[in-house]
Amino acid sequence: MATLLQVKNLTKSFGSVIANNDISFEVDAGEIVALLGENGAGKSTLVKSVFGLLRPDQGEIYIDGKQMAPGDTAGVIASGVGMVHQHFKLVPVMSVTENIILGDEPKNGIFINIKKAEQTVRALSEKFGLEVDPTAIIEDLPVGTQQRVEILKALSKDVRLLIFDEPTAVLTPQETDELILVIKNLASLGVGVIVITHKLREVMALADRVVVLREGKVVGTTTPKESNESGLAQMMVGRSVVLEVDKGVARPGKAVLSVKGLEVFDDRKLLAVKGVDLEVRSGEILGIAGVEGNGQRELVEAICGMRMREKGEVLVSGLPTKDMHPHAVHEAGVSHIPEDREKHGLVSSYSIADNLILNQFDQEPFARGWFRNMGATRENANLLVKKFDIRTTSAAALASSLSGGNKQKVVIARELSQDLQVLVAAQPTRGVDVGSIEFIHKQLIAARDKGAGVLLVSAELDEIISLSDRIAVMSGGKIVAIVDSKDADRNHIGRLMAGLKE
Amino acid sequence: MPVYIYLVIFAIAVAYSFNPVSTVAVAASSITFGLPLAMAAMVGIMCERTGVVNIGIEGTLLTSSFFGFFVAALSQNLIWGLLAAIASGAVTGLLLALLTVSWKMDQIIAGTIVNILATGLTSFFYKQGYSLPAIFPRWSIPGLSEIPFLGRVFFQSGPITYFGLILIFVLYFAIYRTPWGLRTRAVGEYPSSAETSGISVLKLKYTNVIIAGAFGGLTGAYLTLELVGSFDRGFSAGKGFTALAIMIFGRWNPIGALLAAIFFGFAQALANQLMIDGLVNIPGPFINMLPYVLTIVVLAFSAGKVRGPAAAGQPYEREQA
Repeated sequence: MATLLQVKNLTKSFGSVIANNDISFEVDAGEIVALLGENGAGKSTLVKSVFGLLRPDQGEIYIDGKQMAPGDTAGVIASGVGMVHQHFKLVPVMSVTENIILGDEPKNGIFINIKKAEQTVRALSEKFGLEVDPTAIIEDLPVGTQQRVEILKALSKDVRLLIFDEPTAVLTPQETDELILVIKNLASLGVGVIVITHKLREVMALADRVVVLREGKVVGTTTPKESNESGLAQMMVGRSVVLEVDKGVARPGKAVLSVKGLEVFDDRKLLAVKGVDLEVRSGEILGIAGVEGNGQRELVEAICGMRMREKGEVLVSGLPTKDMHPHAVHEAGVSHIPEDREKHGLVSSYSIADNLILNQFDQEPFARGWFRNMGATRENANLLVKKFDIRTTSAAALASSLSGGNKQKVVIARELSQDLQVLVAAQPTRGVDVGSIEFIHKQLIAARDKGAGVLLVSAELDEIISLSDRIAVMSGGKIVAIVDSKDADRNHIGRLMAGLKE
Repeated sequence: MPVYIYLVIFAIAVAYSFNPVSTVAVAASSITFGLPLAMAAMVGIMCERTGVVNIGIEGTLLTSSFFGFFVAALSQNLIWGLLAAIASGAVTGLLLALLTVSWKMDQIIAGTIVNILATGLTSFFYKQGYSLPAIFPRWSIPGLSEIPFLGRVFFQSGPITYFGLILIFVLYFAIYRTPWGLRTRAVGEYPSSAETSGISVLKLKYTNVIIAGAFGGLTGAYLTLELVGSFDRGFSAGKGFTALAIMIFGRWNPIGALLAAIFFGFAQALANQLMIDGLVNIPGPFINMLPYVLTIVVLAFSAGKVRGPAAAGQPYEREQA
């Protein structure tokens, strides 16, 4: 088949960091190529260079044998390259049609011909089997449908090469399966496809060819037939990785966290948590599985005292906790690894040492009367940096100088180094490299084995299944089922997550 | 919404049947007082729709009134004054665009700079003793101006009034029906969606903020060359800030803002008329407070309930490294 895209010896660095080092690869028409690599391996930089959003330092990019000028997004788009972004580039308050025609509007005199545009969208969605209502407003649509709009937007420009950037990050397992069919269908129509991902399962199900990146270099090219999941993982990380989490049997004790009839509003004043009852016992991990945006965030924030509880109560070791008072909840023995570590977990302009005592700076030994004890702060920091393997030159360095994984380790070190009865961990491994993920998982299990009750919220179903002792499935603001993780079945949980009845 | 319109028409009809003279006077003054606020609100709408918060409208009004007045007075020609007002308004827009779009300065501080600069320069260079040759005369539109009530209220106005009203409707259709409007709204809501669709966010922001400044210049020209006929220090008297309240009250929609502005104008006109007719005896300063009090009330009740363009106030950075 004809070579559609050819990347030759591409190099791109940011300051002293080489994000892409002498990368070459090709994509044929009708072929699905997976770019596999950890966070920070240089996948996004690579496709941004291809798409013209970044200027490579060296190297050439050919589309249909024609060399592209570096940084020429418009030229790349004109050559038939489209991109489905990880964070959808859709305007939430506009309609499906308006989003699709943006930048290339059909006109009737000086006005937009919205009727014609809607017909075009309808025709497009029929042609590719991507069902969507052209007049619907984006923010009213579920995430999977929004992604369909994003794909249609790319297809509306007559694409022959479509790039998907982490397309399944926000999808349910069922939506993921649908997407895989859609992508295969596109390839059968002759479209070349690049899928960026770090999910091995999808690579195996989807790709014709896999290009594995590590530390900015291509470390290998293979096909799903010639390899398997653990082989790909080894290529990706550079050493053998334990995909299964090694954990002992849980010895659950008394309930340490009880949530009773909890109702919580979201930022838009809509009811997001609709009467949740939960119990987490000491020495167990209760995982909450669910597609993002089904009330998990609001649930966690209400438990930790960061969001108003409309109804219901939260008990820690049998004692009610105060609403809207995160410090008091923390004093009661709840440690919290927040979902957004930049916003709620760290002060990035403070030193690592200060970040490690953020919630106890006013207590012995970190304070003496009205003054801080800098010596104790430093000692504590040096100890934790070593114990939690935080990769930094000094504990006095600013938190902003750390990588995502190491930032998360700072948060975890702080929260786990205190007396805790309950650990609430929200998306603890998001944006973290595989090496750190392993470490964080071990820490969560260690906390459990020391007798804490762990409430784990994650959008990664695999993480939930492998870590949890019990799994609560959340959908539409309610806990729709609680299953023992021994009996957990991916498809069954996926259906529950999607809100389907059994 | 139509229900309100019927109520308003009914109320006007009742008032007209009891006291036609005062009713016509109040209605006409509502437009006269409301129009500059509506036009100034368009400046805010155009800027915020493109993601630039403009609290420098006051400075634009002041600057353009100043240049409009002195150029017209020195050249003894109203047209030169009008052009100078529009051009100087556009320059304040250019300044705001430079500060916020290119240099990515905090937009509130940038707007404050425009205001302080305008206050300082117009006060410093102000000289007493100049006067205009005339003000723009009223044009009675033949036929239409003979219609009872409506004729006096709408069709016996000055040229800038007609032009401003037309521009407000043009802006409405442009925002909601043209490619320019779609792109503008996309930039104000989520600029990176526009960028990935091949639209130059920076170019569009510059264009819109400068055009908005020119519109503000037209407003300044209206105040000094058509409405008042003179200029004084602090001439714009907070109209640029009231316009921001009207923009929010009108939900960033030109027609909505026009109605809101007429409502503000009506409140002031009504109070004036009640005093003239001797029906109430309120000291003048209290009457003059009315637009400001209304601004506070409107903002207190609508703040937090209405949602403006999502990206307004945020500088836009390309993902470029």
